[in-house]
Amino acid sequence: MNEADIRAVALETLLAIAPEVEADELRGDKPLRNQVDLDSMDWLNFLLGLHEKLKVEIPEADYAKLVTLDDVMGYLAKKLEG
Amino acid sequence: MIEFKLPSLGADMDDGTLLEWKVGVGDTVTKGQVIAVVDTAKAAVDVECWTPGTVHELVAEVGQKMPVGTVMAILSESGEKVGAGGTAECRPVANMGKAAVSPAAPTARRMISPAARKHAEERGIDLDAVVGSGPNGAVTLDDVENAAAQPAPVTAPKPAATPDKSAEMRKAIAAAMARSKREIPHYYVAEDISLAKALAWLQAENLRRPMAERLLPAAVLLKAVAVALAHYPELNGFFRDGSFAPAAKINLGVAISLRQGGLIAPALLDAGARNVTQIMQGLMDLVKRTRAGSLKSSEMSEATITVTNLGDQGSQLVFGVIYPPQVALVGFGRVAERPWGDAEGGLKALPVVTATLAADHRVSDGHRGALFLRELAELLQHPEELEGLEK
Repeated sequence: MNEADIRAVALETLLAIAPEVEADELRGDKPLRNQVDLDSMDWLNFLLGLHEKLKVEIPEADYAKLVTLDDVMGYLAKKLEG
Repeated sequence: MIEFKLPSLGADMDDGTLLEWKVGVGDTVTKGQVIAVVDTAKAAVDVECWTPGTVHELVAEVGQKMPVGTVMAILSESGEKVGAGGTAECRPVANMGKAAVSPAAPTARRMISPAARKHAEERGIDLDAVVGSGPNGAVTLDDVENAAAQPAPVTAPKPAATPDKSAEMRKAIAAAMARSKREIPHYYVAEDISLAKALAWLQAENLRRPMAERLLPAAVLLKAVAVALAHYPELNGFFRDGSFAPAAKINLGVAISLRQGGLIAPALLDAGARNVTQIMQGLMDLVKRTRAGSLKSSEMSEATITVTNLGDQGSQLVFGVIYPPQVALVGFGRVAERPWGDAEGGLKALPVVTATLAADHRVSDGHRGALFLRELAELLQHPEELEGLEK
């Protein structure tokens, strides 16, 4: 799975939760939750969606590392390699 | 025979539009079964039957907009002989006009007296918009005459394809909140609560749980509210017709904001009987169904108190507006690291939440409200006990 694939899955998961999001306008280097109105439950569902689609285990201790979309992409890429 | 009327779906809902029947004539229905889907200003709601019986007649037609209390269907009680003596009022009015019966749904029709129909035709009145006051909601000549006398004709041009949902939502919220501020003498109390122990417990729990079963702080807060409420019945119930009636169960209305704007506070039913894990599951399910528009009528009308939890993106504290006929609202602000003095004179930065209570002064006083918040704070210092408290 390459970077584009991972990005597609991440965006698909995000759009299922926040259908109003314009994917093109998202900045990968800015905190995701500053750009999209995601409450704690939305955020949990976003991570849960990634977990289910990519079979990646995301310990709660790692949640804090996932701030920007780039963070999420990098984290998933690393997990999928390993 | 039982008249099944459109139930109230909360203080901010005066009418609903029938979207779909989930049952047909002759079907046996059980208590709690979803029998129709009704659209309201806020959301489509699955209307549940409050009694077992057999569907005798579907009175309301799909697409019909009706006020709360309108007879939607006629049910016969179990064992009751349909058409037997004494049920004359349930027989369809003779000479149902051609237009009344749609070929697609031959059983879904309203009872309209022939004189009323004739009169409506002459005056150009839309019978769908006329509320029947006769037996079983039958439309009588008087009803048509009353409708004709309305200054603003109910036959006004129908709004284009989709009415502005967000404007309707805003109107519904405005009506309920204006009523609240007009009728309910609110008082407010607040308490800062350290969540150090609750969050440490949560972290340890989540470490050993698979992702799908992890808990959010909201679940612990809701559980603590439910447990504390057991000792404060004057905060849990309804104020109606000049007096307060405490509720037997604790149904926590959970304020859920909608992505398109506005909010709904459906009930997490019988939260008092659920442990933290079950509350978390119930909450996830409720949020999902709220956003998907598949709430049940009981969830819309049976909340006995509301909890608003601003979560980690919110502000520090919230002063709630009580949702009538409820008498209290518990608010939680954002959990944040704040300076906290301990008993030994030390100062630490700890995760702290400000809990507030807005309550109805007709029913309780600030002193009791403050004691409630103190008990809530104490419960949150023993999170492991909360999980064990199932009843």
